[in-house]
Amino acid sequence: MNAWADLFQQVNDEATPGWLKSRRIAAFARFEHLGIPTPRDEDWKYTDLKRLNKRQFSMAQTEATVSHTDQAELLDLNAWRIVLVNGVFSPDLSDLSDLPNQVTIEPLSQAITHDQELAGGLVGRLAAIDTDSLTALSHAMAQEGALIRVGSGVVLPRPIQLVYLSTEHESALASWPRIAVVAGPNSQMTIVEQLVGQHASGHYTQRVAELFLEGNAQLTHYLLQTPAEKDLWVGRVHVEQKRDSRYQAFHLNLGGALVRDDFVCELNARGATASLNGLLFGQGRQHLDMHSKVNHNAPNTYSDENYKGILNDRARGVFNGKVIVKRDSQQIEAHQNNANLLLSDQAEMDTKPELEIYADDVKCSHGTTTGQLDENAVFALRARGVDESVARGLLTLAFANQVLDQVTLDAVHDTVEARIAGALPERFNLKGLVLEDQEAQ
Amino acid sequence: MANEAMEQLVRKEYKQGFYTDIESDTLPPGLDESVIRHISSIKQEPEWMLSWRLEAYRHWLTMTEPHHWAKLKYPSIDYQSVSYYSAPKKPEDAPQSLDEVDPKLLETYEKLGIPLHERAALAGVAVDAVFDSVSVTTTFKDQLAEAGVIFCSISEAIREYPELVRQYLGSVVPQGDNYFAALNSAVFTDGSFVYVPEGVTCPMELSTYFRINQANTGQFERTLIICDKRAQVSYLEGCTAPQRDENQLHAAVVELVALEDAYIKYSTVQNWYPGDEDGKGGIYNFVTKRGDCREDRAKISWTQVETGSALTWKYPSCILRGRDSVGEFYSVAVTNNHQQADTGTKMIHIGENTRSTIISKGISAGHSDQSYRGLVKVAPSARNARNFTQCDSLLLGASCGAHTFPYQEIGNASAQVEHEATTSKIGEDQLFYCMQRGISEEDAVNMIVNGFCKDVFKELPMEFAVEAEALLNVSLEGAVG
Amino acid sequence: MLEIKGLHAKVEGNEILKGLDLTINPGEVHAIMGPNGAGKSTLSAVLAGRDGYEVTAGEILFEGDNLLEMEVEDRARAGLMLAFQYPVEIPGVKNVYLLKAALNAQRAARGEAEIEAPAFMKLVREKLAQMKMDKSFLHRAVNEGFSGGEKKRNEILQMLVLEPKLAILDEIDSGLDIDALRVVADGVNSLRSEQRGVLMITHYQRLLDYIVPDVIHVLADGRIVKTGDKSLALELEARGYDWLLEADAS
Repeated sequence: MNAWADLFQQVNDEATPGWLKSRRIAAFARFEHLGIPTPRDEDWKYTDLKRLNKRQFSMAQTEATVSHTDQAELLDLNAWRIVLVNGVFSPDLSDLSDLPNQVTIEPLSQAITHDQELAGGLVGRLAAIDTDSLTALSHAMAQEGALIRVGSGVVLPRPIQLVYLSTEHESALASWPRIAVVAGPNSQMTIVEQLVGQHASGHYTQRVAELFLEGNAQLTHYLLQTPAEKDLWVGRVHVEQKRDSRYQAFHLNLGGALVRDDFVCELNARGATASLNGLLFGQGRQHLDMHSKVNHNAPNTYSDENYKGILNDRARGVFNGKVIVKRDSQQIEAHQNNANLLLSDQAEMDTKPELEIYADDVKCSHGTTTGQLDENAVFALRARGVDESVARGLLTLAFANQVLDQVTLDAVHDTVEARIAGALPERFNLKGLVLEDQEAQ
Repeated sequence: MANEAMEQLVRKEYKQGFYTDIESDTLPPGLDESVIRHISSIKQEPEWMLSWRLEAYRHWLTMTEPHHWAKLKYPSIDYQSVSYYSAPKKPEDAPQSLDEVDPKLLETYEKLGIPLHERAALAGVAVDAVFDSVSVTTTFKDQLAEAGVIFCSISEAIREYPELVRQYLGSVVPQGDNYFAALNSAVFTDGSFVYVPEGVTCPMELSTYFRINQANTGQFERTLIICDKRAQVSYLEGCTAPQRDENQLHAAVVELVALEDAYIKYSTVQNWYPGDEDGKGGIYNFVTKRGDCREDRAKISWTQVETGSALTWKYPSCILRGRDSVGEFYSVAVTNNHQQADTGTKMIHIGENTRSTIISKGISAGHSDQSYRGLVKVAPSARNARNFTQCDSLLLGASCGAHTFPYQEIGNASAQVEHEATTSKIGEDQLFYCMQRGISEEDAVNMIVNGFCKDVFKELPMEFAVEAEALLNVSLEGAVG
Repeated sequence: MLEIKGLHAKVEGNEILKGLDLTINPGEVHAIMGPNGAGKSTLSAVLAGRDGYEVTAGEILFEGDNLLEMEVEDRARAGLMLAFQYPVEIPGVKNVYLLKAALNAQRAARGEAEIEAPAFMKLVREKLAQMKMDKSFLHRAVNEGFSGGEKKRNEILQMLVLEPKLAILDEIDSGLDIDALRVVADGVNSLRSEQRGVLMITHYQRLLDYIVPDVIHVLADGRIVKTGDKSLALELEARGYDWLLEADAS
């Protein structure tokens, strides 16, 4: 705990406004009281964060130079873009030009200087200090992030891209970015978050995002994770939805030493709909953990969750989806599906889909399967002359594609597909096949 | 539109809520080592048994009552206010045959719907009855002895078959397994013991009825069933208690051991007093039930129909150690008023080609809260393990809760594990369809609820299935062609 | 036996039936035809007593009694029974249970004793054979996993066993191939008798080749706009509904 306290000493300085300083101190006190969660905590039953306590972290103070290979990892989406390098805002890699009217996209550090009340009021409204110990830590440590506001009726023509890029450093770095998004009434937008890096420094990124969807707003949210192999990530997305708003998430988790995400949706008014789609693809000794909680707080709200897991080598996957239907929230539909494919005997999948239901007029279901490829399908392909390993590769890819096919951003779709194809066991040449096909399209 | 009929369905009076006025020897409330020594000496136990109990007790003292993970709300239990032993008078010359049994006790069983003589004879069921803390009668001993089957109270088994008991007791549920199992290991007073020798199929259903009669008495029975190689047995268990305003504690342990090619079928109809409409009184039911498929091709099947208890904490489990061994769990649980149940099963796959099936049907009504909590674990050694889980909840009324918490821990790539769960209310369209055929609303609800539970009822032995349906008040009179 | 006078009914606030009149006498087979959205299924739902249909005006007399005041099951027991357009699946409840429970409920309502098991099984076997259904149907759950054709046969089987006074068949021909249609039609025809009325609701003329009605009504925009004998069906087949709608509008 002392290491955290040392780190916390560096957070506040002369320029920190008083309200922020006192909030950080309160938050850190709360964190110190609770400590890093342990597997005794039901929410962390399958994910042990002890390496977080073991590693000595420091905080990057200035922007690192970014190599060309690192830059090449940034998805080209023709998007408005905020890039944080090891947690520090990079004006060079970011692009915030030509913003339409009624649209604000800016780094949090800037927003706080000129719009204290707004930024300070939004951050923590959903993911507050008392949410859990790590959120308290985020409140104590956060320095940077993004504030996004899209006004009433605005349909954004280009996506917004938020990149967490981690680069080689002599010691392990930690950062706590915070994102706040307000989607005005009837607005529509797409946000693509990208976690990326290639080095062995073992950084820690803990991101908290709070998304506010006003009436009939539509937000499509991508979270694409291809972190450096030793990096650790803990993410929390907290969504508040008003009447008839639609939130759609594509969570594409392709590895990292330890990647844990929590998605929490508050469906607060009629017609609010949340759709969570995801893919966990783990190899080596990666540990990928996905938690979701959908609160049906009002009648006639709908949720649908569809997660696929593919685990190879000694990778471990966790899926814990929870649907809570509050009393008097009648006429709810909530469905959860989690299907997993284990490619190796050393891989492990721990699944816990939960329903907590306090209203009677509901249609809720969940289904999970963990198993192997359909041998009949393998046989059918082989009977047409396809090599067995290729057949298995194709079918594994087909399994992933059940989620990917709904991804409409080609750059995201192709990156994920190619990465999975290139990492399948037995190294059959599917990557070439996939890339050729992607080019042909 | 369906609320009234549903209420009638679930709001049945607790028929077993009478108290039998017979003279009892009851220990004063409280628990310390002297109480355990006292229990052990009343039961004329050998020294090793006493030290086993004391070991468990000392371990229990280091443990804390579990409150954090189960979805149950209850005040911490005052273990010093419970009496740990109560027996009908004259324990040392406990009844040897039905003729010697106190007629009032027999009357009790009559009221429970178990006339020991006729019913047992007719049904060919051998009955052991545990009344408060002691086993009062075991019928059909002679016929069973002929087949080589041992069926007696656990107290008798400790005296008569110490080697068997010593070998197996605690081998499935160790003394310190969990808080309530540890307590039970220290203070268990009676229960049933079954040993079916190699190659023998038990010639009749074995049955035990448990009843808590005395006030402020906890019941801590312990059941141990061993099925040797290629042996088979079907065992039924029924439970009731009088209606009392205070909560009564029941903490039982059941251990099943199935050796090579053996098959144990264990069925329960649990109807402990659930408390009144306002949630006053009722049994706190903390039970550890576990079966061990210790050798190849062993099979253990749990079937249960549960309508009682104020609080249920119970996860009948199977450890599938032997290759090709099979575990099954079929359950119907009904909760009403302020009942709380956190129940389910654990299937631990260790051996290759092990298979398990879980079918759980929960019906929640009134202000009750019911949770299914189940674990399917596939160890890395369990190649080709298979599990199928179906778990459905039916909600009757808008003030109850139905929750599903399945845990799956899959550590082998050749495993296939499937889980399906649904939560819904009775379909208005289904009700309308039946009523449009002239069937009353109440009967329609009964039919649909019964249909909902069918997959489980069909697993019950015949005479129990009837009892179970009656319990749910799902009268299908005349509808069964 | 059935008299509908000036029936107005609303569904979710929209008026669907707007002054419908219809009289069916014992022994008669009536067909109601009409374009989609005319109110055909609303009529059958109102007759059977389904929730969510609000009668705002008019009356319905069944055998002289006020049908609208009767509960769903009482209507069925009195002999008004609906063959559903979409028969409902009821998991775990065997067909034979439903049949027996329904038959005994009807007998009890008439003050008769419950049917003896052998007599019941004899009756059911006979009717199964008539519908060319296998005995195994009895022990399958009600409509669960049935094909469209099997569900419709099952509806008619129930009619044959329960012998309603007025059988209402809602789109009984939908989803049937020609062989299944024949079996269903034969079943319905065997129900025809001096004492019984039949009301068929259909979109297609095809059904009427197999079950020839005594009277045909055209329902459009919530009212009967034309009534005729079986030749009307042929005319509709040839000319469609539009000419009637136009004539009605003018």
